[in-house]
Amino acid sequence: MKVTLVHLTKKFPKHDRKTRGEVTAVNDLCFDIPSGKLVGLLGPSGCGKSTTLNLISGLEKPTGGRILFDGEDVTDLPPEKRGIGLVFQNYALYPHLTVLQNILFPLQNLRGEEKLSKEEMAEKAGEAARLVQIEGLMGRRHRELSGGKQQRVAIARALVKHPRILLLDEPLSNLDARLRLQTREEIRRIQRETGVTTVFVTHDQEEAMSISDEIVVMREGVIQQIGKPQEVYDLPRNLFVAKFLGTPPVNVFRGRIENGSLFIGDEAVLPVPGLPAGGVTVGIRPEGFLPDPAGAFSLRLSRVEVMGRDTSVVAAHPASESGAVRAIISSEEAPDPACETVRFSLKRNKVLLFSPEGGEERIPFGGDGAGKEGKA
Amino acid sequence: MKSILRAWLYLLPALLFLGVFLVYPLVDVMIYSVEEGYNSTSGASFGVGLYNFAYVLRDPFFLMALRNTVLLVAITVPLSTGIALLISLGLASVKKLRHLFQTIYFLPYVTNTLAVGLVFMILFKKTPYTDGLANLFLRIFGAGPVDFIDGPYWAKMFVLCFYTIWVVMPFKILILTSALASVNDDYYKVARIDATPRWRVFTRITLPMISPMLFYLIVTGFIGAFKAYSDAVALFGVNLNAAEMNTIVGYVYDMLYGDSGGYPSYAAAAALILFAIVLTVTTVNLMVSRKHVFYD
Repeated sequence: MKVTLVHLTKKFPKHDRKTRGEVTAVNDLCFDIPSGKLVGLLGPSGCGKSTTLNLISGLEKPTGGRILFDGEDVTDLPPEKRGIGLVFQNYALYPHLTVLQNILFPLQNLRGEEKLSKEEMAEKAGEAARLVQIEGLMGRRHRELSGGKQQRVAIARALVKHPRILLLDEPLSNLDARLRLQTREEIRRIQRETGVTTVFVTHDQEEAMSISDEIVVMREGVIQQIGKPQEVYDLPRNLFVAKFLGTPPVNVFRGRIENGSLFIGDEAVLPVPGLPAGGVTVGIRPEGFLPDPAGAFSLRLSRVEVMGRDTSVVAAHPASESGAVRAIISSEEAPDPACETVRFSLKRNKVLLFSPEGGEERIPFGGDGAGKEGKA
Repeated sequence: MKSILRAWLYLLPALLFLGVFLVYPLVDVMIYSVEEGYNSTSGASFGVGLYNFAYVLRDPFFLMALRNTVLLVAITVPLSTGIALLISLGLASVKKLRHLFQTIYFLPYVTNTLAVGLVFMILFKKTPYTDGLANLFLRIFGAGPVDFIDGPYWAKMFVLCFYTIWVVMPFKILILTSALASVNDDYYKVARIDATPRWRVFTRITLPMISPMLFYLIVTGFIGAFKAYSDAVALFGVNLNAAEMNTIVGYVYDMLYGDSGGYPSYAAAAALILFAIVLTVTTVNLMVSRKHVFYD
């Protein structure tokens, strides 16, 4: 099912009684969630992503705008009539009920024509349990289950009524790192198997990038960018998106363009023909540094961190706006930690230029993001 | 070894205090209760036996006190808990003036029992000059007047129950309101999305979630109601036997210090009978709760 948000806005009254006014949690959101896709709403806390999810579910009423499910306006429908499944961050499993009773709960609410017989309910619950692979745990209570298993039960309960859309609020936040990896693959698999349109909220960009068909990056209630994870990573629309995606984060420098070259400090690090002269903000992905004794970009070496396959070179540069500069390079090319300076050339498609004022929009320049690797 | 000694040292004041004021009297009560023909002046008794219990159980005043106490418990515990639950649910669902309502419902808790009792007496008492507020109210429906304080037994029992419920309610409301507030809102959100009917939300989610607190209130409610005494005194004065409104604790007190008092053995026996009743009821409560109370 396709979900369309049209100029969706949500304002909350301010909690503080002294300063009257409103907080805009979601501001004029317009986008489509394509049918059968897994979409990640991504942003720092307080960016309005959870509110957006609550608006789709109907738990919150929008201040303005419409929500369409397959073209049908559901803005005024209460949540129970929208045909949604929702999984909370804390799973909200009823603690006094067993796994089976939890999964049966939504089915037992059906009345009138929809009312199911005991056998039908058991069959549906079994089907949902098989899907999330918890058939063996049906008699347990939630406290006897690991976080990952609880998560599965919550998903089974959300899916048992075959919702038109599945909403997941921070589904992985309560899991430890290893379970998180497993569970996100699991969510991906379940979504593929059922084909249900799924929206999930996360502040973890890695999580969103790894399993989403599309990600929506939000900031202060406003959509920054929508697109396939790789596209958004390679071609962020502005500095905020560039900074938000990627671990370790992008390195930011003050730079300027003169005579068709990009200068950081006094060094011309990259030719950028055709760009007008002036100041720019430069973003360089950690993987954009190539160790090169003849490279144009020199940094003062702080330390070398070996992380197995890769090596992280931490360095300092006076023009850096994001503190220590971090470069990820292959371990074979690691510099001698005793060196004082280390020189790099830059991968052209890993360098991003942003206009220094206003919305810090990205400035396109020849070849960036096109997958070509150019050396300065 | 040294730390164990120190631990005992720290525990000593509390142990001494409990020993003198709790354990010793308890043991003493048991001894009194089996001493036959105990004379408080000489401190001597004829011997050891169960005569005191037999006497108390045949004493019509004890049986009256027992009947009153059991009636009071059976009426007030379910009613006060039920009404407190309804009020707490109401408080949880209103937004405007919620704090005002909470304060109003909590006021009886900080008011002196005897003062409240006197006010109740004035509300319900019929005098040569006035029939009292309660009778004014009854007249609207064409009933009465009834003397609730010196009148028929059922009227007096009604006032006592009404008063008891009113007095114990605030605490129950306080506990239940906080229990309801501590139920995670996400459960209700999930229930809403699953189109759970209101009644089912209440019975299948709210009740199990607050069941430990509810159970606590029922158990302490039973114990408290079995120990009723001051409420009856506040309403009907100290001569409760004459008013037919005595309670078991009242009987114990009368046996010790009342006009016909001076019988610590009978008082001790009555006290132990009360103890046995409370113990039985609490045990039954606990057994029932195993099935119905859910602890997270």
